[in-house]
Amino acid sequence: MPNREEEIYQDHILDHYEDPYHRGPCPRCTHAHEDDNPLCGDNIHVELEIEDGRIRSAWFDGEGCCISQASASMLVEKIEGLAVDEVKNFSARDMLTLYGPPLTPNRQKCCLLAWRVVQSAIYSPRGPSSTPAT
Amino acid sequence: MHDLPKSKGNRTDWDNSILVGIAGEFNSNRSSTCALTVRNAILNRNIHKGEPMVHGDLQNSSGGGRGESQADSPPAARPAPLDPQEFRGDFPILSAVLHQDKPLVYLDNAASSQRPRQVIDRIVQVYEKDYANVHRGVHWLSDRSTDLYEESRESVRKFINAAQRHEVIFTSGTTASVNIVARSWGDCRVGAGDEILLTEMEHNSNIVPWQQLAQRTGCLVRFAPVRDDGFLDLDAFSRMLNSKTRLVAFTSMSNVLGTMNPMETMIQRSHDAGALVFVDAAQSAPHLGIDVQTWNADFVAFSGHKMLGPSGVGILYGRERILDSMPPFLGGGSMIRRVTLDGFEAADLPAKFEAGTPPIVPAIALGSAIDYLEKIGLQRIHAHEVHLSKLAHEALEQLGGIKILGPPPQFKGGIVSFVVEGVHAHDVAQILDAHGVAIRAGHHCAMPLHKRLKLVASNRASFYLYNTSEEVELLARAVAACQRVFRRRK
Repeated sequence: MPNREEEIYQDHILDHYEDPYHRGPCPRCTHAHEDDNPLCGDNIHVELEIEDGRIRSAWFDGEGCCISQASASMLVEKIEGLAVDEVKNFSARDMLTLYGPPLTPNRQKCCLLAWRVVQSAIYSPRGPSSTPAT
Repeated sequence: MHDLPKSKGNRTDWDNSILVGIAGEFNSNRSSTCALTVRNAILNRNIHKGEPMVHGDLQNSSGGGRGESQADSPPAARPAPLDPQEFRGDFPILSAVLHQDKPLVYLDNAASSQRPRQVIDRIVQVYEKDYANVHRGVHWLSDRSTDLYEESRESVRKFINAAQRHEVIFTSGTTASVNIVARSWGDCRVGAGDEILLTEMEHNSNIVPWQQLAQRTGCLVRFAPVRDDGFLDLDAFSRMLNSKTRLVAFTSMSNVLGTMNPMETMIQRSHDAGALVFVDAAQSAPHLGIDVQTWNADFVAFSGHKMLGPSGVGILYGRERILDSMPPFLGGGSMIRRVTLDGFEAADLPAKFEAGTPPIVPAIALGSAIDYLEKIGLQRIHAHEVHLSKLAHEALEQLGGIKILGPPPQFKGGIVSFVVEGVHAHDVAQILDAHGVAIRAGHHCAMPLHKRLKLVASNRASFYLYNTSEEVELLARAVAACQRVFRRRK
């Protein structure tokens, strides 16, 4: 008896929420960005290690609803190893597809928060010795 | 008895029960007929001025250890408990079925209520038979429309017990009402160094217009603190009043905590300090009514859409003397007596503050909403809501792992805000929606209060006259389902 509750809160999403991939600081962070969704208070901080135009390592931290946190975990796992240009081409639609279950417009904002932060992070070198993203 | 009706301290403070006060009079040797008359007069006005009441507990409602004496009283004039089944059929939307098989359980009334067939029919009827612009034409239809519009103003005047009909201004809602006062009164009466005193439990719409006033004038906006138990810190409030305080603006009922503030005490102390008082009555008007003269408030604002009326209409009440002294805010048609190429002369009240074509049909239909509420009786409605809040507190507490915000049910209106431990408010609301239960999630337009409570977001169930105890049960069951989703693998 599937209902919407089970659709949105599928097991693999709850897995990411409860046991996230790379939650914490990036050991050799070169790029970072943070943003929140003031309407609901969801917050995501992303740290990346970018070397030779490629995402070597991706980490996140933050707080918020299951959708915002699970989608962040999925995204940092997805982009590790990708070229920066591939991340730039990873569209909002790709993010919603990666997440899976259909979301109402309001909850799409939760899902796209980490995606927005990553898109900014690749342009946000941290510190004087950091490498440009491209 | 003789001085009871004039004894303000006893009479109207929401934490000074008039019912308890009058009940005390029954036990004295004075004329109980007189006491009964006064009491019935108050009950019949359907304006809640006593302690919050629950089913079957009308006379015995107590100050809850807040320093008020209690007295027994005869079981007279007790309003009958309200059975929502009697009029749920009046509300077409309540028979909606969501997600194929889930009956709508509408518990977001503090955001906006639903409306009965009588109000919806009135809207259709006016558009079909009675509609023209008001205060303009000499033709029959314009007269008709104007009469209905002004009759509704009279209904509102009675509803809030204003002394004069022209003290009732139709606006687009509470937010517009706050902005009119902040712009018109604020810009010419407030200067650098003056203070506006608010409380930490205000809705954003009773914060931002004052912050904007501060940006324009250099005045200081201060916030009286809320205690951990959800009540206003009245001592701190009093200490913050001073000779620089020009205006005190506060809510009569918190839209998050449900806390009912002690109106008369706060207004009296503000006046003693020489400040004017603006009351945001958006949350209390639909459930407790308003008595502007007993409150002795200078400005009162509320919205139609939270009290069975249409969206797009609200009220600003202002004391005649003060409204007369204020310049118009919006300029345009209706608000002028005459216009020349050199300037204009403002119209008299209330037109002075009703520039442009007003919300004609919503204003007329608001009159029908007031009729509907008064037929049932606000006192019964409030008692019913407190009853539901009590059930909700019990049911949620039984689940465990739930933090309920604000005071116990007998000290608040039909608002139950809560946090499900370990589950974000939006996930709670999403899962409840899958069960057909509509509640609010987030900061409920009260971000500073959430910060004060050290919360990012909370959930809020808010009740109205048509909600049932079965719906409270469905709420609790849906919250339990939500806990299962997030606990199942722990």
